[in-house]
Amino acid sequence: MITASTGSQYAGILGIGSYRPRRAVPNSEILEQIDSSDEWIQTRSGIKERRWASEDETVLMMSVNAAKEALQDSGIDPSEIGCVIVATVTHLYQTPAIATRIAVEVGAPTAAAFDISAACAGFCYGVAMANDLVRGGSAKYVLAIGVERLSDITDRTDRGTAFIFADGAGAAIVGPTDEPGIGPVVWGSDGTQHQVISQKESWQEVHGNHNWPHLTMDGNPVFRWASFEMAKAAQKALDVAGVKAEQLDLFVPHQANMRITDAMRRTLKLPEHVKVARDIERQGNTSAASIPLAITAMREAGEAKSGDLALIIGFGAGLVYAAQVIRLP
Amino acid sequence: MASTEEIRSNLAEIVNEIAGIPVEDVQLDKSFTDDLDVDSLSMVEVVVAAEEKFDVKIPDDEVKNLKTVGDAVAFIERAQNG
Repeated sequence: MITASTGSQYAGILGIGSYRPRRAVPNSEILEQIDSSDEWIQTRSGIKERRWASEDETVLMMSVNAAKEALQDSGIDPSEIGCVIVATVTHLYQTPAIATRIAVEVGAPTAAAFDISAACAGFCYGVAMANDLVRGGSAKYVLAIGVERLSDITDRTDRGTAFIFADGAGAAIVGPTDEPGIGPVVWGSDGTQHQVISQKESWQEVHGNHNWPHLTMDGNPVFRWASFEMAKAAQKALDVAGVKAEQLDLFVPHQANMRITDAMRRTLKLPEHVKVARDIERQGNTSAASIPLAITAMREAGEAKSGDLALIIGFGAGLVYAAQVIRLP
Repeated sequence: MASTEEIRSNLAEIVNEIAGIPVEDVQLDKSFTDDLDVDSLSMVEVVVAAEEKFDVKIPDDEVKNLKTVGDAVAFIERAQNG
C-alpha cells in the first residue's frame, strides 16, 4: 500500500512582487526603425512607452528581484519554498531550466524547479499549478514566476509588433490558507491557431547566423480571439468561482493591448466600480510577467489593496489561456 | 427576411456602439475607414457583433473586401439568403 500525499484544503496567493527594467523606451525610439506614428501606436495599442531590459537585467536577475519582493510581501522564509515554477519563452537556453538557478539565488536551493512554456498565459498557468501542488501536498509553498525579455526576440523593423513587446518579471508565493484564495482555473488551448502568434524561425534556421529567432503575430485574428473568446473564459472563471461581477474589485487581464482590454470589459459588462488594469500604457506587453506587474502597479497607485477580489486571465501564443479569481494578499 | 434598410439601420447601431459614430452617418456609400474612421480593430469588433446580430459568418478573409457600409450590408443579405 502506498501512502498518498495530503495537502492543505485551501491555497491562496500570500505575496506578490515584480521587477521593472530601468530603461523606459518611448514610442519615438521605436519609430526610428518602423514607418508608423505615435498616434497610430497609441490608438491601436494604448502603449505610450515600454521598458526594455539592459544587459545586466537578465531573465535571472529580474526573476530574483521579483521573487525576493514577493517573499518579503508574504513573510515566508525562502527555505520553506518547495517548488519554483518559471513561465517564460525568453530564457534562451533549452536546458537547464532557469528555475533551478532562481531557486538557488532566492534561498531555496533544494526546491523542485522547472520552467513552463505557456506564453502570455504563463503566470496564470503557474498559479493554477501552484494551487494544485499546495492542495495536493507536493509542496507547502510554491514560488511562481512570469518573466520575459521579449526585446531580445522582437523584430525591431516589423511595424506590426515592434512597438508591442517589452520586458519585466513578476512573482507570486502560493501557500496554504484558511479560506479559498484561488478559484478554479478555466483553461485550455487551440492549436489550430498555432500560427497566429509564433516564433518565426526554428532554432535550426537561425543556427550559425548569430541572430535570435523573432516573434511574429497576425494582429486581427488574435484580437478577435482575445476580445471575444477570452471574455467568455473570464466569465466562466467568475461563474465557477461563484463570484458575481458586482463582488469583484479588480479586473487584471494580460496586458496584451489596451483595445483588447476595452473590448473584454465591454463584453463582460463589468460594473463601474471594478478597477481595470491599464499597465500596458507604460509597460508594454510583457507576456507572462504582465499580470503580476499590473497588480503591483495598481497596489502602488492605491487602486488595489489586500483582500481585494481580482479576476485574472492570461492568453497568448498557442493559443493558450487560463483564468481564475484570486484574493490579493 | 430583413430588408436592406433594416440591416443598414441595425449595422449603424453596432457601429455607433463600438466606434461612437452617429447612426445617421452610417450610410451605404460611406467607407468604414475613410469616411467613418473605423480602424481595423474596431472593424473586427463590428464584424463579430454583426455575426451575432444577423446570425451569419463573416470570415477574416472576407472582411478586407467590406470597404463600405453597402458592401457589408450586401454581404449580410447574401449570407442570410444563402
